[in-house]
Amino acid sequence: MTAMCDVAFLLLTFFILTAQFRSQDAATIETPSSISSIKVPDKDIMIISLDKTGKVYFGIDGQPTRIAMLENIASAKGISFTDKEKKEFSLLSNFGMPIAQLRSFLNLSNEQKGKLKQPGIPTDTTGAGPTNELKEWVYNARKANNNLRIALKGDNLAKFPGFKNVLATLQAQNINKFNLITGTEAPPAGWKAD
Amino acid sequence: MAEINTGGGGGKKGGGKVRSKKASTRVDMTPMVDLGFLLITFFILATTLSKPSSMTLNVPDKTKTEETEPIKASNVMTVFLGKDNQAHYIFGKAASEDPEVKTVSMGYDFRKAVMDNVAKVGGEKFVLVLKPTKESTYKNMVDVLDDMAVIKLKRYALVDELTPDEKALLKDKVKLII
Repeated sequence: MTAMCDVAFLLLTFFILTAQFRSQDAATIETPSSISSIKVPDKDIMIISLDKTGKVYFGIDGQPTRIAMLENIASAKGISFTDKEKKEFSLLSNFGMPIAQLRSFLNLSNEQKGKLKQPGIPTDTTGAGPTNELKEWVYNARKANNNLRIALKGDNLAKFPGFKNVLATLQAQNINKFNLITGTEAPPAGWKAD
Repeated sequence: MAEINTGGGGGKKGGGKVRSKKASTRVDMTPMVDLGFLLITFFILATTLSKPSSMTLNVPDKTKTEETEPIKASNVMTVFLGKDNQAHYIFGKAASEDPEVKTVSMGYDFRKAVMDNVAKVGGEKFVLVLKPTKESTYKNMVDVLDDMAVIKLKRYALVDELTPDEKALLKDKVKLII
């Protein structure tokens, strides 16, 4: 009995120390799988998500970077955020609100935030139009952290035009290399990487 | 360790000398162990063991135009992704030359078709052009890109615009209106 309890608590310690909590995301996204074995980095990453209805969500890692990005975008758009709103914003792992509605969204309670269906970040087909807000976020995020790697996370059922709009936005800013986040699946038997 | 200790180290009741009750040195561990297992269960369930992987996608620079040699249509397989996980492809002819449109389902059939065509042209010269239509899903596109990795085909391109010829062709042959 003593030995078993020892092992159990050892396991407990292990799991507590290695646990990384799943942050609450704005939308659930089921990614397709691939045989690729490149892991997604944890640090310096920008994730653009595309849910099954084609809405776009945006997220970067690191709370200071998020605040810096928000300040950049606020000064570019001529709006200001209070310190409390900045703090609230830095806690969001990703979001899908148009800039105009962002302030009122940040002032909601956590419960209301969870309930609210976020409308997604506006994009367009050319990738550089005046209504495209994704380009602002991408630009200002890269201004806040130069080393950001760009990853795209799309849902299985997302239609191609949604992806095309995101692609156009990135290409318009001369971003020609990025990662697609996928689940992991085993390669066919006998397959070897080069 | 995890058993409940009943009864202390007390003496007999009544009669004889009155001895002070001796407290047990063994502490009841059951609740602590229960809690420990509860936490273990929680952490096991809450940790994400399989981290997602990612595939790299390179797209051509739109601002630069490089002069490259045109590719012969006879070496090109153009794949259109349609609805319901179907792929339509033309091979060996440009869309304006009235080619035969073949339809395969994604997965094994598609991979087999690509490999057959690679064998016909002979490895190095083969080029696959992937054109997802607006009916196709993101999964279809990722699956094709993944199939390219499985087949180890290096020469493929993702193109997001269809030419008028191709639109007309798909409308005529497979009733896909884009």
